[in-house]
Amino acid sequence: MASSALARRDAAVGYTMVAPAVLGALAFVVAPLVAVVWYSLHEWNVLANTFTFAGADNYERMLSDPGLRDSLLASLWFSIGLVVLNISLALLLAVLLNQRLPGTTTFRTFFFSPVVVSLVAWTIVWSFLLQADGGINGFLSLLGIEGPNWLRGETTAMISVIVVQVFKNVGLNMILFLAALQGVPEEVQEAARIDGAGAWRRFRSITLPLISPTLLLVSILTIVGSLEVFAQIAVLTGGGPGNSTTVLVYYLYQQAFRFNDFGYASAISVLLFVIVLVLTLVQWQTRKRWVFHEV
Amino acid sequence: MKSDVMPGPATLPGADGGPDRPAPSGDGTDGPRHAPARRDRAARSRRRWGRWALVALLVVLSVPFVFPTWWMATSSLKPMSEILRAVPTLWPQDPSFAAYGEVFRLQPFAQQYWNSLYIAALVTVGTILVSSMAGYAFARIRFPGANALFLLVLVGLLVPSEVTIVPLFRMVNSLGLIDTHWPLVVIPILGAPSVLATFIMRQFFLGLPGELEEAGRMDGLGRWGIFWRIAFPLSRSAISAVAIFTFLKSWNLYLEPIVYLSSKDRFTLPQALTQYVDAYGGPMWNVQLAATTLTVLPVLAVFLVAQKQFVQGLAHSGLKG
Repeated sequence: MASSALARRDAAVGYTMVAPAVLGALAFVVAPLVAVVWYSLHEWNVLANTFTFAGADNYERMLSDPGLRDSLLASLWFSIGLVVLNISLALLLAVLLNQRLPGTTTFRTFFFSPVVVSLVAWTIVWSFLLQADGGINGFLSLLGIEGPNWLRGETTAMISVIVVQVFKNVGLNMILFLAALQGVPEEVQEAARIDGAGAWRRFRSITLPLISPTLLLVSILTIVGSLEVFAQIAVLTGGGPGNSTTVLVYYLYQQAFRFNDFGYASAISVLLFVIVLVLTLVQWQTRKRWVFHEV
Repeated sequence: MKSDVMPGPATLPGADGGPDRPAPSGDGTDGPRHAPARRDRAARSRRRWGRWALVALLVVLSVPFVFPTWWMATSSLKPMSEILRAVPTLWPQDPSFAAYGEVFRLQPFAQQYWNSLYIAALVTVGTILVSSMAGYAFARIRFPGANALFLLVLVGLLVPSEVTIVPLFRMVNSLGLIDTHWPLVVIPILGAPSVLATFIMRQFFLGLPGELEEAGRMDGLGRWGIFWRIAFPLSRSAISAVAIFTFLKSWNLYLEPIVYLSSKDRFTLPQALTQYVDAYGGPMWNVQLAATTLTVLPVLAVFLVAQKQFVQGLAHSGLKG
């Protein structure tokens, strides 16, 4: 009797405590998600105020839209470049800072500092450095090299956007890796050293498997994050030159808020959601194969 | 060269006498007693060189992380002519704060600064409250449907906020809240951006020893009392991680402000920074860099002072394996 009253009171408190999060999820996540699917089946021009059912028209349009194909390619290149560079640099920095070296705290602060700099501020500084007569080319000219106009060449623009983003956020992944590395027991390393395992062998066969849960988490966060890149593109290149840096989210923004084509933008949103969902689930499913122990 | 470390002849016969002894490697004609010490010293000096090589590598690697901020702050003190000089100057030849005056003349910059600060502060406090309550209840309280509700909340982890920007824009519009700060405060606190926070808080509360709650109950505390007086104060490390994540996310927000806001005095900083252009749409570099410096330096200063807690907070956010 007393205990069931307690359980009931407990449950009431439980519902109250989760209410803001649950109602928020319903109102600002689930409902908009359903809505965006519904919108994607409509021809919807905001300016003309037309909203008519169009079935799969928006999705058919996607199939033959070269702009969308370009943006998917741009997103693909951006994600691959970012993830590879970010994770390998983050691991390298974490491994270096995990050694007993002088000044590691200072270096850690250096590598981490761009994380706290506002994204747009960081991007503006780099756009200043990367312009044709900017700082980077200035220093290259001291070395007798004539640098390209970084943000105006299709290949160099994409590389620039990736590199700027890597330097901005790699410190965060570095810290997460560093925390994981510090959890690797010293005795295991020592035992392997005595068995004659070299540094690379020890890294591959001991360190990497032991930090694999963090590796999984960091790669999920980085891949999903790479698909959401927007401010850097808007500030650095405006999607150009041509469509070379118009990633999916930027294309979505253009369709919705430049061309007022909310229906088509909704269809692109659905595509973006499906891509994120599939990537996350695939990574999660393959975790058994490459994650040594569960979190 | 070998001779000065050569052991005395008395030990030599022993060394080359035994035919079964494998030939020593390298300059291994040394006596067996000396070899380890020498190899040790060589290894130690090699290791010392290795260490300095690693430090040199770290110095080179830190350039692209530190230099832009330096370049930004120093260039903001230069006139346009010096900024555009072919060979860059590392330090302004004739430092001037003129550009800083322009920052405030061209836009209501102080107002925009305040907008960003108070929005980020509200979002941070709100997210901590919502996510710690939900995280606590999901971790410690048994109630019917808890798992289903938790799964419902977790959907937010799979939905980037860009996916729902069109319906959210429409919702905000139909509520008449376009060009107000409401969507920038309420949606992050209750929507997808706070889900990671709820997840981190739940992970933390799962690890809290049950005896503490028992003790609280003995002292006559109800569930709310246990949460407020015991669990919440104990979760400082998780809360600081959530606070850092949330503040930075709000501070960096760009897509949402440019979608929702249209008046200059309601802009947030990231938006305001991109507005310093001349009549032809070209960037006014020194003014823009001065404004950028004003937004970066305070945050950087706070970080430098509190960086230990800051980094530890992130490392202990329950994200590690």
